[in-house]
Formats: sequence, C-alpha cells, structure tokens
Amino acid sequence: MPQLVFDREKCAKCKTVPCLTKCQYLSLDAAAAKKEWQKIINGEDSFVLEACTTCYACEEYCPHGNHPFYMIVDRQEEKGILPSPRPIITMWVNQCEPVGKFTVGLMQDKALSYCFLAHFNALAHGKLFESIEYSVVFGQEFFCNAVYLHYARLSVARARLPGVMENIRKQGIKELICLHDECYATYASLAPAYGMEVPFKPVHYYEYLVERLKSLKNEVKPLGLRVAYQRNCSTRLIPQIDPVLDELFKLIGVERIDRKYDRKNALCCAEIFRMAKGPDLADDVQKRNLDDMQAVNPDYVVFNCPACWDSLAGRVAERGLKPIHIIDLCKLAIGEEQSLKLSKMEAEV
Amino acid sequence: MIDIYNELTTIIDKDYVSNSKEELYMYGRDPGLMPAHEPEYVVMPTTVEEVQAIIRLANREKIAVVPKGGGLSLTGLVIPQKGGILLDMKRMGKIIEVNEKGGYAIVEGGTTHGALKSCLLKNYPHLRHSIPDSPPIATVVANAVIHGQGRLTQQRGFNSDMVSGLEVVLPTGEVCKIGSCAVSQYWFSKGPPMPDLSSLFFGWFGTTGVITKLGIKLYPCKKYRDPVLFLTDRAELVPDIMRKLGRTEMIEDLVVNAQPIPLRYKDNYYILFYITGDTEEELEFKRKMCWNVLWDYFERREGGFVSLIPEMKAPMLSMPSKDTTRFADVSKGGGFEYSGPIAPIEKYPVYVKKLIDLAEKYSLFYSSAARMIDGGHSMMFSFSYTFNRADPQTMKRAKDALDEAAEFAVENGGVMWKPNIDEQKMTMKKMDPNTLELMMRIKKLLDPNGIMNPGNWEVSR
Repeated sequence: MPQLVFDREKCAKCKTVPCLTKCQYLSLDAAAAKKEWQKIINGEDSFVLEACTTCYACEEYCPHGNHPFYMIVDRQEEKGILPSPRPIITMWVNQCEPVGKFTVGLMQDKALSYCFLAHFNALAHGKLFESIEYSVVFGQEFFCNAVYLHYARLSVARARLPGVMENIRKQGIKELICLHDECYATYASLAPAYGMEVPFKPVHYYEYLVERLKSLKNEVKPLGLRVAYQRNCSTRLIPQIDPVLDELFKLIGVERIDRKYDRKNALCCAEIFRMAKGPDLADDVQKRNLDDMQAVNPDYVVFNCPACWDSLAGRVAERGLKPIHIIDLCKLAIGEEQSLKLSKMEAEV
Repeated sequence: MIDIYNELTTIIDKDYVSNSKEELYMYGRDPGLMPAHEPEYVVMPTTVEEVQAIIRLANREKIAVVPKGGGLSLTGLVIPQKGGILLDMKRMGKIIEVNEKGGYAIVEGGTTHGALKSCLLKNYPHLRHSIPDSPPIATVVANAVIHGQGRLTQQRGFNSDMVSGLEVVLPTGEVCKIGSCAVSQYWFSKGPPMPDLSSLFFGWFGTTGVITKLGIKLYPCKKYRDPVLFLTDRAELVPDIMRKLGRTEMIEDLVVNAQPIPLRYKDNYYILFYITGDTEEELEFKRKMCWNVLWDYFERREGGFVSLIPEMKAPMLSMPSKDTTRFADVSKGGGFEYSGPIAPIEKYPVYVKKLIDLAEKYSLFYSSAARMIDGGHSMMFSFSYTFNRADPQTMKRAKDALDEAAEFAVENGGVMWKPNIDEQKMTMKKMDPNTLELMMRIKKLLDPNGIMNPGNWEVSR
C-alpha cells in the first residue's frame, strides 16, 4: 500500500505551525499547535484528530508542501476515528466501488473526465469542448476517490487509485482534462504525495479553458461582470491552480470580488459538515458564506465544484443571487447559454 | 342448462362480456408466483344494478364470482381458483363526490388511486389521500379490501382505517350501505357511532360481497414536503429509531429499506421519512425535532443523516414510488413478489436476518421495505425476492423462499398481509378456533352458496 511521503524535518523546523494556527475551526496559538502537531506526527492521540472538519485548508496553509491534511487523515484512520458516522462512510465506500462497468465515449489521446458526476453531461458541450466532447470517461472505474479524505478512509483511495489510473491509461489517454477539481487534485497532489506514478498528464479544466478561450479570442466578448467565487475544498490541495482562475476571469472580463470568504480564508460548501458534525456547524458556515456573498452584491456566484453547486446553488438563489458554474460563465462570454441550472423540483403529493 | 354467456350479455353490453381464450388467459393469472387458473367469463360492469344482476345470476346458478380491481396483490387473490365469472371493476371508475369541507371523497368500485390523485391535484390541491406504493392503476377499493398501506399509514393507520363508508352488493344480490351513509347523506364514518359493519368486507378479499362505492378520507396537503434519510448499519437499532421518530409525531411516512443493490444501499439500513409543513419554519422545527431524537446515534457514530441533493429527493417524493418497479426487474424477466407480514416493529432485526439468510439459501436478489404503521404500533415488513419469469427454477426458488419467510414471520409473531391461499391456510391453522368459527359463521351467513371468490378464506373442518 502506498505510504505518505512526509518529511518530519520540515515540521520540526516550522515555527509558526500555520497548518493548525490558521485553521478556521480551531483556536490554537503557535505553542499549542506545535504540541498537538507533534503528537499527530508521533502517532499519539490529539484532540485535533477528532475536531478536524476535513475542510482540507491546512494543505494550503503549509508553506513546506508537507501534506499536513493527508497526515491527519492517515492518523484518523489508524486510530479508528470516524469523522462521519460509520454508516455514512460505509455508504460512500460502497457506492463508488468499481464494478467493472466502463462508461467511455469515443476516446482520443485527450479526454475529459466526468469523474462520477452527471452534471458534466450538461456542462461539457458547445464550442468550448468542440472536438473533445465525446472523448469522455465517467463512473466508478474512473472515480478519483479523493472524497475518502473526508471519511478517514485513505486506505480505500490508496487501494483503488492504481486501478483507476490504469483504467484511464488503458483507454489510451495521454492527457486527462479533469472537469472535477477534485480529480485534478488527486492526480496532481494526492497520488504524488503517496509516491504513486500517474501514467498520464492531468490537466485542470481551468487550464484547458484558458487555452481554449485564447484560441477563440475573436469570439470572446468581455462580460463586464463582478462575481463572488465559491472556493471548494479540493482547491486547497492544488493552490497553484488559483492564479489560473484569475487568468481565466481576466480573459472573459470578469472581476473576482475580493470578499471575506474567498482566497485563503474561503469557506467550503460545508455540506460535509452536516453529515459529519451535525446541522449547527453546517448552517453557521453556510450562513456566514452566503451573507458574505450577498454583502458584495455580485452579478453571479461562481461555482467550480458540482458538489458545492448541489449544496449551495439553491440557497444562493433563495438569497436573490444567481448561481453559475465557471464553465457556463465562459460559455456566456462566447455567446452561448448557461446549461447547468437549478433543477425545478416540484414536490409531488 | 342455461347459457351463462348469453345471460351475461342480457345484463351488460356484449362488448364487455367475454369468454375468449386470450382474455381468459390474461385474467387467469397475476404478476406473482401463484399458479394460474382461468375464469370462464369476464365481465366489466358500469353500474351497481349490473353488478347486482350478475351476482344474482351467479348466486342462482351457484357460479363463482371474483371481483377484481388492479389485480396487483401479487399473491393470487384474484386468480379465479374455481373458474366462474371474473368481475373486472375498471369501468366503474368515477369519482362521485369530493366533499371538501367534510374531508372525504366517494369513489366507485374500480376507481384507481391514480385517478383520485389526479383529481385532487387538479381541483383540490390542499387535500390528499393515502397513496400506496403500487402502480397507479391500483384501485382504491381493492387496496382497502386488502388492508393496503400508503403514504399516510404512519400517521393514520391502514388505508382501510381511512374509509368513511361503503356501498356493497351482498353475495345474495342486495345493495347495502355501510356506515353513516346508511342513515345520512354524508359519508363521514364507516361505522361509529353505530356497529362497524365495514369489517365484514375488509381483509375478506371479496369473499363477502362486492364494494361498489367507497368513501375515503382526505387529509391536509401541506405546502412543503421533504424527505429525510437516516442510515444505520445495525439492524438492532432500527426498532428504537422507528419508535423515537414515531413518537415525535412530527413525521409523515417512514419506510426502512434493506437491499444489497444499488451499492449505496449495501451494508446499511435506509430509514427514509418525510416531514411536512405549511411554512419553512414548521418544516425546520420538525427537522430539528427529528435530529434531536436521533442525536445519540449520531454522536455514537452509529447512525447518520445523508445530505440529499434535489436529484436524490425527486424519486423519494414521487408517489407512488417507482423503486419497486425498478427492483422488480433486477433479475431481468420482470418477476417480483413479496411476503409481507404485519408485525411488531421490534421484530425488524430477526426478520431482516431471515430475509438475507433466505436470499443466500435460495440464491436470490432480495430487498425489504418496512413501513411503520400508525405511529409504531406495527410495521409491514416485506420479504421481497426477484425472479425471471422465463426461468421456472428461479421461480420455484423464489416461491420456496417466500413460503419459508411466511412461516418464519408467523412463528415470530407476525400476521400475513394479503396472504395467498397457502398462507391463509397457515393463518387459519394458527388462529384461535373460536375466531375461526366466527369467521365461518359470518361467511356462511353472507354467502350461503359460497360463490364469492371461492378458495380464499375457505375453511375446511
């Protein structure tokens, strides 16, 4: 089983312990943080392991790239700590198990990964995806498994990932354009952190969109919009991608409003908190985030992750704001329409 | 010897009388596992007078009569065990009255739940009735006759408990009103304050008469309705969870699912319940109450709530649920049947263990949906197995598993719901002898010639 590549020395030399002192859900000064972190490294009990909300942010806060969050998750699993109730974890472990049913399109060297999210079936069409829209992989066989970071089940991800990557390789894919941020995070951060070789080049869809929009520059009409960006958990694993988003916004003439809960101080969608810690924390985080979005009066609230969309888009709309996925925002810039919309669910009685 | 076919055509337009082979074939079986047996005639009356005339003819000639609604019981209850006349009630499908202020509807003997639902949605969206999770062609009457359960059963009891009056053609041909409608123009009660004679027709599977009209109670249709899903992986916790939720008096329906596929269901018990409200505040209050009573399980990490996205909620909110139909084709070939004892909810763990043991023993796909009844006084627990209709061996295995399940369920305190004729015999064998004697006397009194759906609840001394 692949093991975490972790450098104790880096932590030993760290004076500020930002992985814990910057945590939005803990209140620790540097001395206390140092003590707790040392316990975690040593495999001792620490209240941090129980208190962790699995927001992933410590991965970004660590200036040494030493993967504090992966360490926490490994320790949680070793100690049998359940960040969410056991049946919820079981459900997640079971429902994403590869069952040998491949869902693939007309494969090319470059392919889109839908991960295990049907939303992309609506999103990944039109001019932005011309020539590649049918080169698609989808389903458990191609599921990135990063979700198990929330459930202290990295062993599942570590066990399944080699098979998933092999499934992708077997499709002849050289470049995998990850439409789900979490997939890119898996191949660009999680897999390398555990010394796993990735047999293809992962491409974040922000990078793809930047290149694609550059090639369509004559058709791009700057939108002149101000947007609030909803940063999702897995972006914390790949902070190097955040500047790419800024470039993308610039290309389509969109201003990313500097709001309280964006950038390093971002709040995640918090729906995982509901299942893990109960409704009070989730409601509080979501309320603060939505209040902040509302306060900056954006033209749109922009989503990256479909799971955030599912959790927050409806609540955003209830506040009188307009939710949109980043792909759709790019579509607007080339004269196409928004394709992922809130489902109109009328309660049948 | 008289020609029954011609006699029937003097009662009903000949287009609605048949003795053709293809139709007798279709009417001789149901989607379950009980052996087929064909009727000799099929008739489709439209009036109570036509029903009366048919019954009088059958009584005079001592011919069996089997009244049929949607034919969806799966346990062969309308398979004409002794041939005779099959009385297909589908053409008596009118909704005669919706008494908005009184909160009831009067429907004909063949009115479907789908038709009543549509009528209410269109004209009285603030009212609803208890919709069973059978296909929408299930009839209101037949569902009440088998003591069906529906989406309001957790709050209001069996669907038969929600009946507010009957019109019945007795096996000797008389038309009889049952309940308040016997003395008043209003159909507000099936019995009280008078002797409740409606019990002479519910649970009897058409062996005591033909219901031609039925009053069904309607209830408020709240503006908001939300499914809530709680999981646990410990069967022994399920009864307490059900009880605690029931005692909040905050929930509408509650069903516990156990099945190995789709994979997200595997190794867990899915406790799905619904909260309703006229305001978001009411909804949130109820949600909080439900969280509170289950908080201990959550803290102990033995149970947890699933965050449901709209796409997950949509099938949960659909009425009837389409999941049953989907499960029915898991084995391909479209075969599905279940044994459904009504039992104390404390029996959930032993029943679910037996469900799985039998699936393993007979190599079958299983599922179970246990619906809480009347706040937790009992539950309907389904032992469900799928089979391929083109594979007689699988069908036999499914039948054997169901027979064993029924025996186990009864041994463990349950009473079979809509029992097939074998299960009826098993039930009567276990029944208090004086109760059985009373049933026999009632049957003899109402149906002296034994023409009504013979083979069912048939007592042999």
